[in-house]
Amino acid sequence: MMSGKAIREPALVRWALTVAALAFLALFLVAPLVAVLAEAFAKGWAAYVRALSGDDTWSSIRLTLIVAAIAVPLNIVFGLAASWAIAKFDFSGKSLLVSLIELPFSVSPVISGLVYVLLFGLQGLLGPWLVEHDLKVIFAVPGIVLATIFVTFPFVARELIPLMEEQGREEEEAALTLGASGFTAFRLVTLPNVRWGLLYGVLLCNARAMGEFGAVSVVSGHIRGLTNTMPLHVEILYNEYDFVGAFAVASLLAVLALVTLAVKSALEWWHRDELAAIGH
Amino acid sequence: MIEVEHISKRFGSFAALDQVSLKVAQGKLVALLGPSGSGKTTLLRILAGLEQPDEGRVRLGGVDATGLGTRDRKVGFVFQHYALFRHMTVAENIAFGLKVRKGADRPPVAAINQKVHSLLELVQLEGLAGRYPSQLSGGQRQRVALARALAVEPRLLLLDEPFGALDAQVRKDLRRWLRHLHDEMGLTGVFVTHDQEEALEVADEVVVMNKGRIEQIGTPAEIYDSPATPFVYRFLGSVNALPCRVAGGQAQVGGLHIGEGRADGPGTAFIRPHDVEVLELSPDLPQARVSQVVVLGPVVRAELELAGGITVEAELSREAKDRLGLRRGLEVSVFLRKARVFVGENV
Repeated sequence: MMSGKAIREPALVRWALTVAALAFLALFLVAPLVAVLAEAFAKGWAAYVRALSGDDTWSSIRLTLIVAAIAVPLNIVFGLAASWAIAKFDFSGKSLLVSLIELPFSVSPVISGLVYVLLFGLQGLLGPWLVEHDLKVIFAVPGIVLATIFVTFPFVARELIPLMEEQGREEEEAALTLGASGFTAFRLVTLPNVRWGLLYGVLLCNARAMGEFGAVSVVSGHIRGLTNTMPLHVEILYNEYDFVGAFAVASLLAVLALVTLAVKSALEWWHRDELAAIGH
Repeated sequence: MIEVEHISKRFGSFAALDQVSLKVAQGKLVALLGPSGSGKTTLLRILAGLEQPDEGRVRLGGVDATGLGTRDRKVGFVFQHYALFRHMTVAENIAFGLKVRKGADRPPVAAINQKVHSLLELVQLEGLAGRYPSQLSGGQRQRVALARALAVEPRLLLLDEPFGALDAQVRKDLRRWLRHLHDEMGLTGVFVTHDQEEALEVADEVVVMNKGRIEQIGTPAEIYDSPATPFVYRFLGSVNALPCRVAGGQAQVGGLHIGEGRADGPGTAFIRPHDVEVLELSPDLPQARVSQVVVLGPVVRAELELAGGITVEAELSREAKDRLGLRRGLEVSVFLRKARVFVGENV
């Protein structure tokens, strides 16, 4: 095993690097997580349950779930359509479309929210028309959904575009020569080939949809029980010195992240043979 | 019967195909041979309906198929990199074309399984039905791709560089195997290759392509023995291309009379190395000096310097070399059995 030895670092270096990485993880990831849970349970289990059972807390959880339930499916549809078009077809303006999809990542979420206020707010471009038709977007649920969709826009597409481009068009062409329709080829060949990328995209999109603060904060108006999502509710409780309440809601978001990770790992373990076979 | 009539195809400013016409008779295996960029793959993809021609028509079995979509053409296509469905097993790959059929056209499950089984037998891959493509060797993947294409009983089988990605020995075996398979099944087939040996060995008919045009169509023997153009001469086998002058209908190179030219002027003479006969020095024949001798297994390649510093390559047997005592610096006489002269500049 000469080659193995040649690329191996001395024991001290390996040990130091491992410790440094673990210390970094502990300091910046584990410690905050522990702090959230410790604060949430600082006054015991009963206080934790009481903090979570308030009406306003429940409505914030419900609103967060509704927003995610709208934003994530839309993101899947859009992400699949965009990546399919970009990776499998040639058309002019393709690179412009790719840059546009990336835009929400390079714009501050607060700006994204403000854009919607400028568009749909009372003084906004479409404001008078909306008032005339008795439609409320800003400081209401539609605004929150729109802002969330904008912020989460790139997640699925960004995951799928490089994957589909790498896989090329030949498998779809093969399906066509074998008599499949375009949609059948998509359903039986394209979709199964990208399903893991799609899953990662959806998980990331969902985490962001539920956790988004900046953009939603601008358009929400912070009406308790009506337009507060969980992250906004955490802030309100914290500002009111209700630390147990703030950290209890925060702990739910943290647990959501942990569960997401666990589900992803479990799926990967469960399908490890298939993943190896399709070359992931 | 496939008929291609005046097909043209451009990609931007690049003319991939320029007024190409071609007929392939029922049951024949035809090779499209040419360097990369000659348009052969584009022509194959147009036959499959994977590309649309800018001009011209494609007829399959006497029916105009130009506007017909890929899925309605009933052609089998074997891709250069196989394009196997990576998330499906070998058996699922082969069954795909039958499973996607609709309604009454779809065979019952038992019939599909039976078909998959017999195809696996045909391509000698019994026992690998449950493997994924990534678990197969290149040659095995190639055979799965072929079985998958044959499963739908296509009226035409198209193969894009079918052996291009395989190593030399596997390539040779698969080549013979494909030829046998074709003879047994009687399918009409068109395959693309840039390997002349492959085209000459496997095909009934070879179509030599260059820069989007067809240079020559013929049997392997015709193509090799009587190339129609300088390009075909250069592309198939090795050849001596010697600049010459034609005067009074006679072409001369370095004091060597090499044949007849149709018109007077500068030209190029093409002579295959095995048509250059090396003889003992004789006063009646043109002379040359041996400048290099290379032994390549059963054959010997010799470089001969003619008067005027022109070098000609000759190919002879080991026997002939030993009889002549061929070595560097030896003076010999040269006889050209066969030469072809093309008149014109830069041919």
